[in-house]
Amino acid sequence: MYHAYTNYTGRKLMGLLKDLHGMGSLLLITAGVTVTKFNTARTVIHPLIRMQMTRAGYQLLPMVGFLACALGMVVIGQTVMILNSLGAQSYLGTVMVTVVVRELGPLLAALLVLARVGTANVVELGTARALGEVEALEALGIDPIHYLIVPRVIGIALSIFALTVYLILFALVSGYVFAFLERVALLPAEYFRQLAGALIWQDFVLLALKTTTFGMCIAIVTSYEGLAQPLRLEEVSRATTSAVTKSVVGVVLLDALFIIVYLLV
Amino acid sequence: MEKKDFNGPVLEAVAVDVLSTWNHQVRLQGVDWTVLPGEYWVIGGRHGTGKTDLLLTAAGLHRPTAGVLRLFGRDVTGLSEGELLQQRTRVGIVFKGGGRMFNELTVAENVALPVCYHRNCTPEEAQEEVDRTLEMTGLTPLAREKAQTLGIDWQQRVGLARALALKPEAVFLDEPAAGLDPRHRQWWVNFLAGLSGRKVTVIMTTNDFAPWHGEGHRYAMITDKRWRILGAQANPPQVE
Repeated sequence: MYHAYTNYTGRKLMGLLKDLHGMGSLLLITAGVTVTKFNTARTVIHPLIRMQMTRAGYQLLPMVGFLACALGMVVIGQTVMILNSLGAQSYLGTVMVTVVVRELGPLLAALLVLARVGTANVVELGTARALGEVEALEALGIDPIHYLIVPRVIGIALSIFALTVYLILFALVSGYVFAFLERVALLPAEYFRQLAGALIWQDFVLLALKTTTFGMCIAIVTSYEGLAQPLRLEEVSRATTSAVTKSVVGVVLLDALFIIVYLLV
Repeated sequence: MEKKDFNGPVLEAVAVDVLSTWNHQVRLQGVDWTVLPGEYWVIGGRHGTGKTDLLLTAAGLHRPTAGVLRLFGRDVTGLSEGELLQQRTRVGIVFKGGGRMFNELTVAENVALPVCYHRNCTPEEAQEEVDRTLEMTGLTPLAREKAQTLGIDWQQRVGLARALALKPEAVFLDEPAAGLDPRHRQWWVNFLAGLSGRKVTVIMTTNDFAPWHGEGHRYAMITDKRWRILGAQANPPQVE
């Protein structure tokens, strides 16, 4: 019984190390290819990046709008009301910036992109690999990392950044609208003055860094699960589930890392 | 530049071991083989004898586990992945069973992709060249069709058009006519004869020599894990 438990733990640990090694290698190779082939086949790669941004960004805007309104009403509106009833309006800006700008905005946008685009990535890449399309690209002298992964990494990273900005703006505005409808005695000018006062320049830098890092994490994990190992068609669904789990864990761990950075700056 | 400078053998294999992509076991051992420019090779063998592994290794897509394999004079075992990708633009590979199309692309986009990628041009700029390739392979009426909507007969032909898009010096075809109807099979026989007539090196595998009698310049066979060059005989033995 004891041996079975240690064997299981050992296997899981070795699997985790192997995955981390594989994903780290894929990230470094992708970074290398992005830099060395920056000007190679622009007419093919740039439209692919735009397509990824349309898919992971533009097409998700309605969903982001809906989520932002829900977030605004459920969280922000109520927070405004509670702080107001406690006479703690002066903390409003700090609470909003901490909760929405630093935490919920980036995390929600990343999870939304993972659910809608990350899963599709694994299925597409896994199927392409299983059907031999990746080998066909190599046969044509086309680097599969350059053609399949680089557009996804750049597209998803930029999309999560853009979606986060929209999500934060929509959420803060809809939150105030909800509070206004609940007759909270807070003028719009005072609300936005407090928000602006609570924001520091590091927030903008770290927001950009955090969201693009989330995007790269999701793109690399889903690409690794779909592409980096040989798959049969029937294994694609398992790879998708595995990619979602690993991406969520990766994003949450990165988020924790950024909290430490916030505390240090 | 490099294309014009080299006049030696297209392919030179010395004691090459070929690995199976399926179970990673050695499929063929000690293959010695030289292919000169403009030659037309027909390689026979039963299903599962390692024809595909040999062809893809010879084309530089897989690395041999032992021996020396030179493609256009360069040892592929010593090339970096980037150099190998560049080397592959000099050969065209046609996969069996539908040619491994990019299913989300149309026929014309499948053919345009390698041209646009390597010449950094837009599909519009590559249009004339793509049209010429489609015309040559009889695919013009299907140019706007999605590759996945076509039958295997036509998909296989799209695979050929895509392989010819970069005007390769050598074409490697894996059982190009297997499973096709007789009309399409005859088209392949005629087309490859024409391609060989234009001094393009043709290397193809088959599990049935019958349609290719008198077509190839050289014949070879894989039996019992052994590589056997049959020479230039016009009537090679039946594979079965």
